[in-house]
Amino acid sequence: MAEKNVVSTGSTGEARPANGFDYAPAPESRSIVDIKASYGLFVNGEFVDGGGKAFKTINPATEEVLAEVAEADAADVDAAVKAARRAYDRVWSKLSGRERAKYLYRIARIIQERSRELAVLESIDNGKPIKESRDVDVPIVAAHFFYYAGWADKLEYSGYGGGNPQPLGVAGQVIPWNFPLLMLAWKIAPALACGNTVVLKPAETTPLTALLFAEICQQADLPAGVVNIITGAGETGRALVSHPDVDKVAFTGSTEVGKAIARAVAGTNKKLTLELGGKAANIVFDDAPIDQAVEGIVDGIFFNQGHVCCAGSRLLVQESIAEELLGRLKRRMSTLRVGDPLDKNTDIGAINSAEQLERIRELSAVGDAEGAERWSPPCELPQHGFWFPPTIFTGVSQAHRIAREEIFGPVLSVLTFRTPAEAVEKANNTPYGLSAGVWTDKGSRILKIANELRAGVVWANTFNKFDPTSPFGGYKESGHGREGGRHGLEGYLR
Amino acid sequence: MLGLMASSPTTDAPPTGARGQGWDYSDVTRSEATLRRFLHGLPGVDQVGADARAAALGTRSIKTTAKAFAIDLAIRMVDLTTLEGADTAGKVRALASKAMRPDPSDPTCPATAAVCVYPDMVATARRTLGTSGVHVAAVATAFPSGRAALDIKLADTRDAVEAGADEIDMVIDRGAFLSGRYLQVFEEIVAVREACARPNGPSAHLKVIFETGELQTYDNVRRASWLAMMAGGHFIKTSTGKVQPAATLPVTMIMLEAVRDFREATGQMVGVKPAGGIRTSKDAIKYLVIVNEVAGTDWLDPDWFRFGASTLLNDLLMQRTKMRTGRYSGPDYFTLD
Repeated sequence: MAEKNVVSTGSTGEARPANGFDYAPAPESRSIVDIKASYGLFVNGEFVDGGGKAFKTINPATEEVLAEVAEADAADVDAAVKAARRAYDRVWSKLSGRERAKYLYRIARIIQERSRELAVLESIDNGKPIKESRDVDVPIVAAHFFYYAGWADKLEYSGYGGGNPQPLGVAGQVIPWNFPLLMLAWKIAPALACGNTVVLKPAETTPLTALLFAEICQQADLPAGVVNIITGAGETGRALVSHPDVDKVAFTGSTEVGKAIARAVAGTNKKLTLELGGKAANIVFDDAPIDQAVEGIVDGIFFNQGHVCCAGSRLLVQESIAEELLGRLKRRMSTLRVGDPLDKNTDIGAINSAEQLERIRELSAVGDAEGAERWSPPCELPQHGFWFPPTIFTGVSQAHRIAREEIFGPVLSVLTFRTPAEAVEKANNTPYGLSAGVWTDKGSRILKIANELRAGVVWANTFNKFDPTSPFGGYKESGHGREGGRHGLEGYLR
Repeated sequence: MLGLMASSPTTDAPPTGARGQGWDYSDVTRSEATLRRFLHGLPGVDQVGADARAAALGTRSIKTTAKAFAIDLAIRMVDLTTLEGADTAGKVRALASKAMRPDPSDPTCPATAAVCVYPDMVATARRTLGTSGVHVAAVATAFPSGRAALDIKLADTRDAVEAGADEIDMVIDRGAFLSGRYLQVFEEIVAVREACARPNGPSAHLKVIFETGELQTYDNVRRASWLAMMAGGHFIKTSTGKVQPAATLPVTMIMLEAVRDFREATGQMVGVKPAGGIRTSKDAIKYLVIVNEVAGTDWLDPDWFRFGASTLLNDLLMQRTKMRTGRYSGPDYFTLD
């Protein structure tokens, strides 16, 4: 074939800047949010002082103190549960499903109206990129309320409760810091739709959007006591889940805390759902759509800084394409933009807390010590705040701790396999079982492998996709019970 | 197939341009069977995933200095096009003048890359453009349908080249492609490329139009891309502009992946030209973001990326003026050509 001349256009030929197409900063304005100096507890429709020692919540991208937040002590928890019980007995359990739905629809619409405010506040308090809080978290939050609003007057068709399902009463709910508002929605929307009232405790590092949600409940004229938000750390959560007048406990968070809650609830009549940790396998076969698989790996582990219980933190790639896939993955990782969560072009934001950053560093150091090879693209991290570069470990085996323990950060362990049977065996060889991914162009293989994987969610040629209509939950140490979809009603009905 | 692609991350490797890489696909293209095996052995494209990736890149927020850079670059990448039955010498002269001086009130405004016309208008465009450096591109090979005998297509091409075309935009035989006669398509591209030669000067550059709106699947787009690159096309181009849908972000992204992979495999750079349906600066900037993040910065150059467009130019000029003055001007402040 003849050699090719370089086309030369005679256009003005301006020199390209040495740095090429550098995206200028595109920060989302903070002016839409109004963060107060201090926040109380939201009990019985009002903000009240807490009895415990107030604590500070910070912006993890800057370490700037955002607000002081009240800590609920045992008496506050008791007051909140009493308020929820009163609201349940006097108002909420007596309303028809249709009437409850009106409130939920109203909340959903207000969330949409105030979506920018919620997204900015979530990014400030949590550290996640604005493009995710804006395009993923908040829209799914609204969708969740819309979805369960639709169920409120159709519960007798849900298949639960023998055709005449009844609410449980008061639900005590404890949620994590990785998706503060989204986890709130997953908990509160089905509980309210089914006729329960709730006391919810957000994580101590990310209370602000839950407190803004409390304002939205006021704006929606939700009857006092139907939703109560109490802030605090582990002690507050313990008081809530072990309160004798709580009928239902729902928890999302670490497996360790989940086990403690299961012990606390054991022997009581409380109904329990747990959504815990994960170490999901993302399995890439040699016939996978390779460019999309690379995107799926990136979405799987770097979405939300890897602070995702269902993150695809173990890449299982067929040995015959491992080298090529990793080359493509590394090239793609070099285009990830790490930095200011409020910049609209940021792909990876800040690690949520100093404590979590320490854990990621510690487990990564273990990976080095165990002989795995660490790689990160060159990237400049900000001076202040908590940051960790997108990282992959290659040469990882099942015996490595970084292949077994949940790192909960932007760190991917890469393993290889030779046959489909080996892939399934390795994927299932974990104490967890929350999610998994399968990448192949062969439809029949997707169905077969998905059946064999012991994971609550199996994504085929995609990863980390969430929808209110789809049930979500785990096998084994990833918890029990399902949230989302029709199945999500079961945990709130009898 | 997979083994053809090197695995090192080389997004920012210098353009190796063309020479001396010694790549050879003659064993692939020696028969219909081997060519088919190769093209069908390319990794598949998952449509949902590709659409999602293109949409995600479309959310990049390009502001201030980055936007100014992108707008000037986009102007320099425009192949200002008129392909109408009603084209006249007067119309083509007006278009060529616009291409050289898109904004007569602002001498800092760059010229476009080329004007794109039918073969019978090449001489007119050539005369008007003179030595301005703006290229003349001609559509040929029985554009837009490509439904003519090969010798007619070649004559069409030679005619345009003789009249002074710097670039030839050919269409592939979509009928042959869709019925699986890949070798026929391949040989046609090779023959047209030979017809681009000029005895007394540099060969015209060849852009190969797929009409992706007719190929429909992304797998077909990827196969057509490799077919055209192996046949020696200098550019791969989405559409004629006569069929809907014309250029889309995901289709262009898949073609950019193909040229990126082709360079990894061979060291050769091939250009990409989306054409049709790109009307606003906002759209053009989305394309440039995809060029930047998928193919890499080497392709951010009119030598390697073009927009086939007509109305796009005035929107770029309006945005350019807005960035300079802080105010929007009405459409009457920009020339209609």
